[in-house]
Amino acid sequence: MITRYFHQLASPPYFYRIAGRFIPWLAVAFALFALAGLYTGLVLAPADYQQGDSYRIMFIHVPAAWMSLFVYMVMAGAGAMGLIWRMKLAEVVAISSAPIGASFTFLALITGSIWGKPMWGTWWVWDARLTSELILLFLYLGVIALHNAIDDKRTAARATAILALVGVVNIPIIHYSVEWWNTLHQGPTVTKFDKPSIDVRMLIPLLLMAVAFKLYYATVVLMRSRCEILERERNTQWVKELVES
Amino acid sequence: MRPGSLSGAFLLLLRRDLILAFRRRAEMINPLLFFILVTAMFPLGIGADPALLKAVGPGVIWVAALLAALLSLDGVFRSDFEDGSLEQFLLSAHPVSILVLAKVLAHWLITGLPLLIVAPLLAVLLNLPGTATTVLIITLALGTPVLSLIGAVGVALTVGLRKGGMILSLLVLPLYVPVLIFAANAVETAAADLPVMAHVSLLSALLVLALSLSPIATAASLRISLS
Repeated sequence: MITRYFHQLASPPYFYRIAGRFIPWLAVAFALFALAGLYTGLVLAPADYQQGDSYRIMFIHVPAAWMSLFVYMVMAGAGAMGLIWRMKLAEVVAISSAPIGASFTFLALITGSIWGKPMWGTWWVWDARLTSELILLFLYLGVIALHNAIDDKRTAARATAILALVGVVNIPIIHYSVEWWNTLHQGPTVTKFDKPSIDVRMLIPLLLMAVAFKLYYATVVLMRSRCEILERERNTQWVKELVES
Repeated sequence: MRPGSLSGAFLLLLRRDLILAFRRRAEMINPLLFFILVTAMFPLGIGADPALLKAVGPGVIWVAALLAALLSLDGVFRSDFEDGSLEQFLLSAHPVSILVLAKVLAHWLITGLPLLIVAPLLAVLLNLPGTATTVLIITLALGTPVLSLIGAVGVALTVGLRKGGMILSLLVLPLYVPVLIFAANAVETAAADLPVMAHVSLLSALLVLALSLSPIATAASLRISLS
């Protein structure tokens, strides 16, 4: 039953239709969560006793940093599925995720830099987390460059999947090596779930924004996947019918 | 060593690659010269103050080693790919990952090992103290095989491409970061007369990890590139 559903979902025309139906709902949900998160974050949340109002960039910066890693994991997971079960759909999702993940990483770097200027007094420090985020960006760019360099779409998808998996093995190593190398960054304040060292009025907008970013990713990855599917399947009957109708 | 056995195939492939390399000795020297030249450029660029050189020395030597490894990597599978023998390896009855290991070992013997030999010379040029030189050689001995092993994955992915070189550096350099950090830090720590066992252990762990995982990834990449 589940495997049958899986096979059905993996068929490009079916996925194309289903994704098209999901996108508006996801987009609306994203808008609601983002508005709620921004309102509570920028208006309701109190100012920080030390950082004043400038900490509020956190509501963009932290979810973006979370997403940068999350998207890489999705990309590598989907890539592995594509390699193991030869699922075309997984390949499509993996390669559609790469530019989105790179954008999140870039966003996290830029907002971190803007936040760092008033807090640390400089646009850039070779701090552990900033550095591993920068290397993550390079990993994304490598994936994208490799995909662009190979002409055959399926070969490109499988090659990038291997590269993404090698990257996944390396990400924790890179993270800890950089961590021991140099750190200036404030420690994690949310992951300690028993007693977060962040005020609950700041935590709520942060989590709202995190959900909003997830929904945004889901929306955009479905849109990109639909586009990629059309491009790949352009010689099939159903795409021709779709275009003509 | 029976001709059809796995160890036989491993040794034969290793010997073949070494013989091929020794037939073209001039090409063997190039990465080494590059290593020395890049290192020699730094004092010219940043000034010859001995204290400054001592401070940046470990990092400079290691970055130069990284670039030298990167430059020589392209040759690991290139000629075999062009004359078709790579396809024969993939068709053979032996596990490709072991054959890949033989090729990577040959590559390291040709390009990695000479770096160890000239490293003391560079350490003198950059004013590193004696203990740091010993540690530099140890880190190079542990680190350069990791560079070859990780690089082999990148080369296997790009071997069929016309402009593989630039992409190769984009793929491989970020993965070299942990080696660079641990190795250069170890040498710096040694220069400050502090214990370096932790760094050396971590580098050894990286080597074991790369040794066990990267041949598998390389073999899979080769299959994709040649499909």
